[in-house]
Amino acid sequence: MSMNTQGRPTAPAAISTPTIETVSGSRGLLQHEDLLFEIGTSETTGVDLPKPKGLKSRLGGVTRKVDTGLPGLSEPQAVRHYMRLSQKNYAIDLGLFPLGSCTMKHNPRLNEKMARLPGFADIHPLQPQATVQGALQLIDELATWLKTLTGMPSVAMSPKAGAHGELCGMLAIRQALIARGESETRKRVLVPESAHGTNPATAVQCGFIVDEIKANKRGRVDMDDLKSKLVRTDDIAGIMLTNPNTCGLFETDIKAIADLIHAAGGYFYCDGANFNAIVGRVRPGDLGVDAMHINLHKTFSTPHGGGGPGSGPTVFSEALAPFAPVPFVVKDEDGFYRLVEQTEGAAKDSFGRMVAFHGQMGMFVRALTYMLSHGADGLKQVAEDAVLNANYIQARLKHVMTPAFEGFCMHEALFSDAFTADGIETIDIAKALIDEGYHPMTMYFPLVVHGAMLIEPTETESKAELDRFCDALESIARRAAQGDDTLRGAPYLAPAKRLDETRAARKPVLKWTAPSSERVAAE
Amino acid sequence: MTIYFTKDHEWIRVEGDTGTVGITAYAAGQLGDVVYVELPETGAKFSKGDDFAVVESVKAASDVYAPVSGSVVEVNGALADAPETVNAAAEGDAWFVRVKLADRAELSGLMDQAAYEAFCEGL
Repeated sequence: MSMNTQGRPTAPAAISTPTIETVSGSRGLLQHEDLLFEIGTSETTGVDLPKPKGLKSRLGGVTRKVDTGLPGLSEPQAVRHYMRLSQKNYAIDLGLFPLGSCTMKHNPRLNEKMARLPGFADIHPLQPQATVQGALQLIDELATWLKTLTGMPSVAMSPKAGAHGELCGMLAIRQALIARGESETRKRVLVPESAHGTNPATAVQCGFIVDEIKANKRGRVDMDDLKSKLVRTDDIAGIMLTNPNTCGLFETDIKAIADLIHAAGGYFYCDGANFNAIVGRVRPGDLGVDAMHINLHKTFSTPHGGGGPGSGPTVFSEALAPFAPVPFVVKDEDGFYRLVEQTEGAAKDSFGRMVAFHGQMGMFVRALTYMLSHGADGLKQVAEDAVLNANYIQARLKHVMTPAFEGFCMHEALFSDAFTADGIETIDIAKALIDEGYHPMTMYFPLVVHGAMLIEPTETESKAELDRFCDALESIARRAAQGDDTLRGAPYLAPAKRLDETRAARKPVLKWTAPSSERVAAE
Repeated sequence: MTIYFTKDHEWIRVEGDTGTVGITAYAAGQLGDVVYVELPETGAKFSKGDDFAVVESVKAASDVYAPVSGSVVEVNGALADAPETVNAAAEGDAWFVRVKLADRAELSGLMDQAAYEAFCEGL
C-alpha cells in the first residue's frame, strides 16, 4: 500500500461565517450546562455502598419516609458540572477585576502553599493549646503586624469579614459608653452620605441613630455640615468614616474631624475597606481613629474572587482596647501562647464573644504570608502602585469620560455619566465591558455621584494590562458619547444575555421546581 | 384642593385636613424601574422630615420623607403587587399614604407646582 502523501487540510477553507445554532447547546468548547437537578435523578446514584447489616436504627421512629429528591450523580458528572460552571465565571486569575471598593488583587500562590501546610490546615480549634502553639504564634505575630501597620495598641482577630469588623468596632464603642454610664443618652452616630451601606446598617444594628453628613463639592466631608451636627454634643456616640472615602479621595480634614468628635465626647470608627491605598504610608492611629476593621481579604490579598471567606480583624485605640471581644492570644512569660476565652481578669471589660472560635485561620496564614513576602518596603510600594495605577486610568480616560471630582484620586478612579448621550446609561457601559472580556466596574455607587463608575485596578496590573483595559473602555465611552444605541443590548458575546433585572426583582422566582411537578400541577 | 412639593421630591395633595402623599414623576424617573415600595401601617404617626416609607428600584433604595407631620389614615396597598405604578403614574394612582395633617401651617414651607418645576430645572 502506498503512503498517503497528501495529509489533511491545514488551512481554513474560504467559507463565510454562518450563524450557528448547535444541537447540544454548547458553543464551541464552551459546554452547555444544566442544573444539577436536571442532570441527575433521585433514582440514580454515583456511589455503590452496601446496605448496612444488623444495625438497629437509633432515630427513634423519626426516620424520613419521603424521598429527599436529591439527584444522584457520579463523580465525573459532578466534577464536570462545576468545571463547566467555573469556565463561565470571571475570576481575578482570568483578568483585571476593576470592582471599586473591593480591592480585587492577585492572590500569590505562595499564600496557598503556606495555608495548606498541615500544621495550619489540619488542626481543630478544640485541640489542646499545647498542640497548636505554632498556629497561635501565627495569630499573635499577625496581630503584631496589624497593630504596627495601623499604629494602634490592640486588635481583635476574630471578626469574620468587613461588616463583622464594623459590628465589632461599634459594639466596643457601645460597651465604652455603657462603662461611662452614657449608653442611653449618646445614641447619635454621624455617617457621611457617601458611606458604604454597611456603615449605617451596623450603627442601627447596635441601637444607634444615624445622622447623615453631606459631602462637599470636592467629594469630602462638608465641615460646615459636620459642625452643624455637633452643635449639640451630649447625644453624640461617634462617627463612622471611610478613609480614603468611597469617592476614592483622601479625607483631607481627617485630623480636624477626629478632634471635633473627641471634643464632643464621641468615638471615631474608621471603615478600613480602602486601607490598600494607604498601607505602609499612613497609620490610622496617628489620625485619631479609635477603631478600624481591616479587610485581610482585600488589603492582604485573597480577594472575594479567590473563593475564600473574608476576615475582618479590628484594631482599637487605648480608649476602646479594654472593651475588645474575646478570645485573643497572649504570650506568657515562659513563651507559651495562651487563649483568653472568658470575660474576666484581663478581659473583664470585654463586650463578649462574636464567633465560636478564633477567626479565619486560613486567611490569617495567607495575610501573614503576603505581609512577610512583601516586607515593610514592599507593602509601602503596594499602596503607591495601587494609587499610581488608579491615577493612570483617570488620566488616560478623563478626555472621554467625566471624572467625578477634580484632582488626583487615591486607589480608585471615579467617573460620572455626564459624558454619555441621552438614553445611554452607566449600566450600558458596564455591560459592554463584558463583551470586551472584563468584569464591569462598580456602578451607581457611591450614590453621591450620578451614574457613578468606580474603578479600582489595584497594584496587581501592569501598564500593558491597564492600557488594554483603557483601550476597551475608551472605545465604549466614545460610543456612549455618540449615542450608539447598540450599547443598550450588550452583552452580546456572553453566555447569558442582558437580564431583566426589573422583572427579576418584581417577580422573583426563589425556588427551583421540577418540570415533572409543574406538569402535575398543570394537569 | 392644592398640591405642594418638597425638595426631597415628595408631593402632597391637600383636601381639608387630609393630605395624599407620593413621590414625584421626576423622582420616579431618577430612580428607574421601581420594584418595591415599603409603606407604614395605618395609624403610624410621624413628624415632618421623618422617613416614613422606602422605595426600592433596580438602582437604589431610597427613604421617602414626610412632607408634613401627621398620622396615616390609609395606605395604598395596591403598590405592594404593582410597584410599577410608581413609574407609570407617580403623581396619580401611585400615591403612598393618606395622612391626617397635624399642623396645616407646615404647608407654607413647601413649594407649589411652578416653584417645584423651577427647582427641578436647576438640578
